[in-house]
Amino acid sequence: MKKSGGNIIVDCLLAEGVDTIFGYPGGAALPIYDALFDSDIKHILTRHEQGAVHAADGYARASGKPGVCIATSGPGATNLVTGIANACMDSIPLVAFTGQVATSLLGKDSFQEADITGITLPITKHNYMVKDINELGDVIKEAFYIATTGRPGPVLVDIPKDVSSGYTEYEDTGPVYLPGYTPVLQPDSQQVSRVVRAIAEAERPVIYAGGGVISSGAYNELRELAEKTLIPVTTTLMGMGCFPGDHPLSLGMLGMHGSKYANYAVSESDLLVGVGVRFDDRVTGKLDTFAPNARIAHFDIDPAEIGKNVRVDYSINGDAKNTLRAVIDQLEKGSGKPWNGQIDRWKEDYPLEFEKNGSLKPQQVIREIYNVTKGQARIATEVGQHQMWAAHYYHYSRPRTFISSGGLGTMGYGFPASLGVQAACPGEAVFDIAGDGSFQMNTQELMTAVNYNLPVKIAILNNGYLGMVRQWQELFFDRRYSYTEIANPDFVKLAEAYGAVGMRITDSSGVRPALEQALEIDRPVVMDFIIEREENVYPMVPPGEAINNMLG
Amino acid sequence: MRHTLAVLVENNPGVLARVSSLFSRRGYNIDSLAVGRTDDPAVSRMTIVVEGDARVLEQVNKQLHKLVDIIKISDITADEFVDRELVLIKVNADPSIRGEVMQIADVFRARIVDLGQNTITLECTGNGGKVNAFEEAVKPYCIKELVRTGKIAMWRGAKYTGFPGSSNKTNKEDE
Repeated sequence: MKKSGGNIIVDCLLAEGVDTIFGYPGGAALPIYDALFDSDIKHILTRHEQGAVHAADGYARASGKPGVCIATSGPGATNLVTGIANACMDSIPLVAFTGQVATSLLGKDSFQEADITGITLPITKHNYMVKDINELGDVIKEAFYIATTGRPGPVLVDIPKDVSSGYTEYEDTGPVYLPGYTPVLQPDSQQVSRVVRAIAEAERPVIYAGGGVISSGAYNELRELAEKTLIPVTTTLMGMGCFPGDHPLSLGMLGMHGSKYANYAVSESDLLVGVGVRFDDRVTGKLDTFAPNARIAHFDIDPAEIGKNVRVDYSINGDAKNTLRAVIDQLEKGSGKPWNGQIDRWKEDYPLEFEKNGSLKPQQVIREIYNVTKGQARIATEVGQHQMWAAHYYHYSRPRTFISSGGLGTMGYGFPASLGVQAACPGEAVFDIAGDGSFQMNTQELMTAVNYNLPVKIAILNNGYLGMVRQWQELFFDRRYSYTEIANPDFVKLAEAYGAVGMRITDSSGVRPALEQALEIDRPVVMDFIIEREENVYPMVPPGEAINNMLG
Repeated sequence: MRHTLAVLVENNPGVLARVSSLFSRRGYNIDSLAVGRTDDPAVSRMTIVVEGDARVLEQVNKQLHKLVDIIKISDITADEFVDRELVLIKVNADPSIRGEVMQIADVFRARIVDLGQNTITLECTGNGGKVNAFEEAVKPYCIKELVRTGKIAMWRGAKYTGFPGSSNKTNKEDE
């Protein structure tokens, strides 16, 4: 029986186990939407394509399944660009479908034509334009395979209108054939042995774990390695939740806004074991003074990451879970070293704390969210000061509970992402911790939240500034607050206009009751916390400095 | 140091754009790039000459490998190899000096492929050094137009760059 291109897409989505997608229809996507109309796939209509792609990304981060979004050609497709770049930087499995003008109109500057495969070439793991309906099924299968295996990432599939509206006999052609794509999953045993010896000989080892631990599902293995060897663990922003934040061996986050004890530990270490990390500049600070006394071991699924930014002494190319398992199996049980005592002293001497002066402090809001939810919520964030406070003052004890834009630093990410998180985890408490600046970048998605009753709790830490930029202006630009003071709407009225619940909290005693009340409400709630205006994020490594040289 | 890479790629639309975009956005220096299909119509071969130290070359190699369309990369500089480049040069040559130009061409074993009223077009093949020397030699005659193919290269002896799946794929398509 012949099938339409649109129906082939739907069948392929179902075959991949996709049950929820996010999108926005338009002319060139009409045949796809016509097929979706009769399908069992749940489609969430966002109010902007950027909302759709971030929601699909949040869905993927929370569930571990690939996120799927759809947009039409031209502006629909270009509105996905930021979200695709965001997913690419953070290695998130995402499949984006875009409508395209019919093949006969390609290259003629037709209405709503944009070269989206060209535009997204450097920000996708791979992309396709399907010009022949007989290749459609194979391409979709390849797209999901590439997005979800190896180092995950976004794949875009661009489908001209005559392909999605055409008809063909469709049959499944079996497993994908990609001779140029062969991710290495199993570690090399000799390399494992060398790392094991290095770990056994190290006096001051530190594990530096990141997003790769979460995407490979290596949470248990990382914990086992740390507990067996008593090596302390620091995580990147992307690694939050890959190791329990309240564990005695946890050092919290390292880098520009890392804890002092994490940065001191890395700087003094003699062996740094990087697991699923990429030695990003926000982590390393000044490169030639990063972990100056340490030999560096790096485990990564992407061989191109090994040796990219720092010189590595031991490397293992493979999946983090398999690699950690192999290392654990060869390692002897370790005992505490003087090093562990030193780290405990740093933790006592330089705890992560904020000054409590009775005013409403942003850090207090985060800590209360942690207390009220008993650390069991899923926390999405936007980008800025609030994001760093959310990393400092909430202890993430499970993977996939901290959903944040790490590499690209996308303001406006958190709220639509939180809708994807809530769609993936119905019944769980989901927060978007936001700044007043970031929240306004995708406020329109309040309607999506209300429309689909995704009862996300939005905590706006409102200081009337683009706070992180203001902080840099304060510290490095003589307090010249150039265009960082921001006028805001009445967020309570705004929430109410959309049919959500709005609350305003102006003093510290109101924080906990507001949070408790919000959690009782099975609808989206916007909490406008009017916080101390010029609170800064500390500790902070000034740009270009060594990471043990911290302000605050 | 200059390295010559032989890169087998799937003959898909956009593969050249993927490679050139990768080089420009990561700041690698391409000296030359030549591309054409192989005996397997589904597979093309690029010869890329790239400048960089060992660390840069390692990154070039690894980043190229991440492109899904790239099947195999061989750094053929690592062993004995043959390399060739072809140049077409059109120079000013009125009848009075044609003889001189043709003598130079003779020395380099270049061929005359076209003769205009006051121009002469020469074709010369050889490794990069020979082609450069030929270009220098005809420069005094005022070069009106010049085009080089970029280098192509192959290992000497029995060693070859191929990949196990290629013949399978051809068979599959033949069926």
